[in-house]
Amino acid sequence: MEIKGEIYRVAGPVVTITGIKPKMYDVVKVGHEGLMGEVIRIEGDKATVQVYEDTSGIKPGEPVENTGMSLSVELGPGLLESIYDGIQRPLKVLQEKMGDFIQRGVSANGLDREKKWNFKPVVNTGDKVKGGEVIGLVQETENIEHKIMVPPNVSGTISEIKSGMFTVDEVICVLADGTELQMMQKWPVRAPRPVNKKLLPKTPLITGQRILDGLFPVAKGGTAAIPGPFGSGKTVTQQQLAKWSDTDIVVYIGCGERGNEMADVLNEFPELQDPKTGRPLMERTVLIANTSNMPVAAREASVYTGITIAEYYRDMGYDVSLMADSSSRWAEAMREISSRLEEMPGEEGYPAYLSARLSEFYERAGFVNSLAGANGSITVIGAVSPPGGDFSEPVTQNTLRIVKVFWALDAKLAQRRHFPSINWLTSYSLYTSSLAEWFSENVAPDWNTLRDNAMDLLQRESELQEIVQLVGSDALPEDQQLVLEICRMIREYFLQQNAYHSVDTYCPFDKQYKLLKAISKYSDMATTALTAGVPMKDILALESKDELAKVKFEEDFEKALDEVLKKMDSEFAKLGGN
Amino acid sequence: MTKEYKTIVEISGPLIFIEKTEPVGYGELVNINLPDGSTKRGQVLDTSADIVAVQVFEGTGGLNEESRVIFTGETIKLPVSKDMLGRILSGSGEPLDGGPRIVPEDRIDVNGASMNPYSRMPPEEFIQTGISTIDGTNTLVRGQKLPIFSGSGLPHNEIALQIARQAKVPGSEEAFAVVFAAMGITNEEAQYFMEDFEKTGALERAVVFLNLADDPAVERIITPRMALTAAEYLAYQHDMHVLVILTDITNYCEALRQMGAAREEVPGRRGYPGYMYTDLASLYERAGVIKGTKGSVTQFSILTMPGDDITHPIPDLSGYITEGQIVVSRELHRKGIYPPINVLPSLSRLMNSGIGEGKTRDDHKAVSDQMYAAYAEGRDLRGLVAIVGKEALSERDQRILEFADLFEDRFVRQGRNEDRSIEDTLNVAWSILSELPEALLTRVDNKFIEKYHPAHKKSN
Repeated sequence: MEIKGEIYRVAGPVVTITGIKPKMYDVVKVGHEGLMGEVIRIEGDKATVQVYEDTSGIKPGEPVENTGMSLSVELGPGLLESIYDGIQRPLKVLQEKMGDFIQRGVSANGLDREKKWNFKPVVNTGDKVKGGEVIGLVQETENIEHKIMVPPNVSGTISEIKSGMFTVDEVICVLADGTELQMMQKWPVRAPRPVNKKLLPKTPLITGQRILDGLFPVAKGGTAAIPGPFGSGKTVTQQQLAKWSDTDIVVYIGCGERGNEMADVLNEFPELQDPKTGRPLMERTVLIANTSNMPVAAREASVYTGITIAEYYRDMGYDVSLMADSSSRWAEAMREISSRLEEMPGEEGYPAYLSARLSEFYERAGFVNSLAGANGSITVIGAVSPPGGDFSEPVTQNTLRIVKVFWALDAKLAQRRHFPSINWLTSYSLYTSSLAEWFSENVAPDWNTLRDNAMDLLQRESELQEIVQLVGSDALPEDQQLVLEICRMIREYFLQQNAYHSVDTYCPFDKQYKLLKAISKYSDMATTALTAGVPMKDILALESKDELAKVKFEEDFEKALDEVLKKMDSEFAKLGGN
Repeated sequence: MTKEYKTIVEISGPLIFIEKTEPVGYGELVNINLPDGSTKRGQVLDTSADIVAVQVFEGTGGLNEESRVIFTGETIKLPVSKDMLGRILSGSGEPLDGGPRIVPEDRIDVNGASMNPYSRMPPEEFIQTGISTIDGTNTLVRGQKLPIFSGSGLPHNEIALQIARQAKVPGSEEAFAVVFAAMGITNEEAQYFMEDFEKTGALERAVVFLNLADDPAVERIITPRMALTAAEYLAYQHDMHVLVILTDITNYCEALRQMGAAREEVPGRRGYPGYMYTDLASLYERAGVIKGTKGSVTQFSILTMPGDDITHPIPDLSGYITEGQIVVSRELHRKGIYPPINVLPSLSRLMNSGIGEGKTRDDHKAVSDQMYAAYAEGRDLRGLVAIVGKEALSERDQRILEFADLFEDRFVRQGRNEDRSIEDTLNVAWSILSELPEALLTRVDNKFIEKYHPAHKKSN
């Protein structure tokens, strides 16, 4: 049954309609072209709709149709390797339908209806199944086995189950009560998918980025924020994480960011290899690209679309990481819509519900036991773009209240070409203690000590730097000069990492450990030598110290490091004291 | 037959409100006939069954309740044709040069549509501007949007002109055009640009849109969209490589704020509208290259930072959208260095994809990184020297300090007509890097030192 209403008022992306009685968040089709929109306010016989497409030329009096559904995504095989806009329209299909520029009024299914998948059932007729349970498997890409689950709100006894090649909307299973199940299920994006239980995260997300893994690790199922002014390397860091994180699935949301950057991701990901499986990275990735000039309401929806897809894979028992670049643009989209609704603004014009929306979003991360009993996780990493690089602004502050890991980007470091320009003094991770056990078991027993020592030294360096600013470094006692030198080594040899270098772009944990261990070795030997009376300038002049700078770039890291360490031993032996 | 309305109920700043109309489309173009016979144009901002709000481009001066309003039924379109090249048009697309009206080949909606990210080609073709601080350390590529962040009284116009004059892709002879849009700049500045265009013959391959300081501010909102529409037309219909110069974005944003205030919107930071990011993005994002087409749109906007403050909302929001920025520094300008580009806060995000072997030269990235690092350290040391004196510095630090001076004097400084090739730029870089001890060149691979370092070159 269709009830038609009509448009009463149009002001940019906000349209007021009359004549139908929708529910909140119902999706409506607006105007002759059927532009997609979502009901965001109901007032008497009028309802306010945010429209996901450009509204130029739309007139009052045009028809409006209520679909009665809330904004949903299609979940099923075929999500991986897809590139969607903010409301799950595949960009490739849009290009085929309307060319290089995005016109409006075109609808496209999130999942391909033509493609057939090989469905292998894992349950039998007569089995009882409940929501979230796996009924069959589909090999979605080379390495990802897609688990077809019973939708969370459905349960019953199986009266028929099929096997073979099917499209996503063909019936593959029938329950005793007549419910038909397809491979595809729909889920409203604004509602979190249910889980059995949330668990405490206890394994780290390995990213291959030394400063992140080494100093400020995030747990699988944790939340992290990367705030920084423009030009400090947010996007590069996000992309590095998307490339190298050791999760099974990556959902990357380009929310209100640059078109050329998305083009770069689209170009690069199919060619890069997953370090774990050797397959193209694209095979484990879902991209959502809603660039800054695409409609603002779709930008608001894009993060929900992304996290719902992430939850779906989590429910299968996979580890998922989700990158949102940038959450500030999402908050701005909320602000823009809120101001068009003439709502009372909170801080800096943002709506008063900003904090609630942000925490709702980040709470959808987590390490969980799913309805089917499998353990899966979603790690959410949100970029924040504070205006003027000022961390006291509302989006950064509200985000920091929620997330457990804070990677503070620093424009000063970026200007010196210290990349990744993450400030080691202001960043923090609240997972270091809960992950300590994992590190000592899986990396090395002394890893935690090494890390704490490095952090300690860096802290001392910043104090010493204040004195150096006043009196110059030559005025410091020799042991303190040595601290400065060791810290320079930690910064340049360990923390600095070149995302564009073929070897250095990804650094396995073992290599991270050995590098830090080597610096620590120099530190220990130098301290002993200094106490024994060896002049400082001789200790600083060691060739092996300078050579250590370049081992991280070597293809054969083990061999290069070995040579440097041997040389270090012999050089210190010559100096005496050790 | 389009209907005329004489039902204006309110006039407030640039806005008029009209009652009891037939349904009117959002964003529709409006003609207004004044009692004195003149015509103004406007655009629908808010439309409902009862009342329609229209912003009037030429200002509401002379309007009264007797004025007649005609809704045209279509959004604002720009008549385009290849004959636009060489023409000077007003900020709303009317000829200003006394020439005939443009016979359109097509009429295109000025708001443009957003490019499908899937259709975009990642920009990677190096554009040589002949300016070392851009080519060497903040490389511009085709399809990029790279603004100049400047301040009042700094020579940003000269830099923009030098780039418009010198920009080329080495070794290619493809059709090239400039679209120049002036938004609220003074008559004098406009003359300066025009004269230079005429002198160098650039006008023949340029389309100029002029909205001067005394033209209505509302028109400024349309001017850049007209210019970008013309640029996209030339790029994608006629396969040309188009360089768009928009000046001055700050005036554009002021106009945006003025409009927001007139509409009584809830203001965002410093009174600018909350949607300024989205609005600016709808301009900047219209740069790019499409897969399978020959043309491209590259944007080089000028933006004067109020009070030289890079955290001001205008440069701040721009910086988040554009692919880097070229920062003009008052300090270098005072030292008499031209072009006074401070490379430290400057950035080109697409640099890495446009340089290197086969594009510029294999050592380009290493050389650039090394100069950045050394110059940044040298500038810090200057602060230290002011406190402790030069003598207190170690030998190493003194060399770095000297490098900073050399960098400004030899690498940054160049003539207003000096067109340095990328080879020249990198050679200048090596000549100053060679003043540093080799052990300090930690960011340069040994193979490049052996290949390009002047000391090694001689021995080769």
